[in-house]
Amino acid sequence: MANQLPVKVVAVEERVWSGEAEMLVARTTEGEIGVLPGHSPLLGLLKEPSQVRVKLAGGEQLTYDVSGGFLSIDADGVTVLAESATPATPESH
Amino acid sequence: MAGQVQALRRRIRTVKSTKKIAKAQELVATSRIAKAQERVQASKPYAEAITQVLTALASNATIDNPLLVPRERVRRAGVLLITSDRGLAGAYNANAIRTAEQLIERLKADGKEPVLYVVGRKGVGYYRFRNRPIEASWTGFSERPSFSDAKAIGDALLDAFVAGADDTDTTYGPDGIQGVDELHIVSTQFKSLMTQSAEAHFLAPMQVEEREVEPGLRPAYEFEPDADELLDALLPKYLNTRIYAALLDSAASESASRRRAMKSASDNADDLLKRYTREMNSARQAAITQEISEIVGGVEALSSAGSDT
Repeated sequence: MANQLPVKVVAVEERVWSGEAEMLVARTTEGEIGVLPGHSPLLGLLKEPSQVRVKLAGGEQLTYDVSGGFLSIDADGVTVLAESATPATPESH
Repeated sequence: MAGQVQALRRRIRTVKSTKKIAKAQELVATSRIAKAQERVQASKPYAEAITQVLTALASNATIDNPLLVPRERVRRAGVLLITSDRGLAGAYNANAIRTAEQLIERLKADGKEPVLYVVGRKGVGYYRFRNRPIEASWTGFSERPSFSDAKAIGDALLDAFVAGADDTDTTYGPDGIQGVDELHIVSTQFKSLMTQSAEAHFLAPMQVEEREVEPGLRPAYEFEPDADELLDALLPKYLNTRIYAALLDSAASESASRRRAMKSASDNADDLLKRYTREMNSARQAAITQEISEIVGGVEALSSAGSDT
């Protein structure tokens, strides 16, 4: 499990999703960023509005529509902070 | 005598129906507390994460954001007071308003002009009745606040705060809007089911703790965009989170306070019922005794009158 990335997606009113993933893709104001396990610490402001994609080990993918979002990467994994995060239909990425 | 019995019976009926209402309110409040507490819990992960991010940022960014720097001259101070929409909540609103009044007195003593922002019909009613100006008010969600409510409040407060930056003693500054130089919040903290306390806190300018971390341990963050820009974007969100947390805590306190008030009301109704029932029974007994003695007296009078002849 060393190559798994702990991911937390938290909205203001609730924790949306947390678990282990292979990769997380998000779009900051500077550009798209893919996060793999062992990424260096980073704080990013997400583009408004944007989508966050979480790629799971089994090839599955979770997509969230995020508004007012931030991305925080530290040694404990990735945290996506959002004013609202709702699951999007998987096709629309 | 019969009249007294009837009056008591009517009274018992009234107390019974009052008790039913109190009991129902108590049950509703009990379930609301649980729900409100769940929502407080649900909002914790975000609050913790954003605090952590801010702390990391604050030690990396230059702290000259207007939300962080205290103004040299504070002319007007905004006070956000959170009260409930409905009554029957014991001393909940009275306590919140008293705390706000104390804060306002203190601000006035410091030569600052208080500006009121009120959440909840009870608070609005209090100030409107006394003809005191309210800058803005929000009502209708005191028991179930959502984040969009908090955002609406936060945006209005932030606008006023930003507008206050260029005010001078005589003019409202280039933007022509009179703003505020400080923001306070008065809300009720949920300590436990039995204790809730109204407290006043500073909202802006914010005091960010720059935690002293051992140099080797602090992660060297990269920033996208740069740290100052991030801080600018993050602080307003943090302000909204603080307001949201205060709204949630106040909602839980409101329900807890209402539950306690309604519990003592229905207990009190029980006592009254017991007393009235007892009084009614003894009045009825007295009426019966009196009737019997009247009959016996009548019979005796008749029989003695008969023996005379």
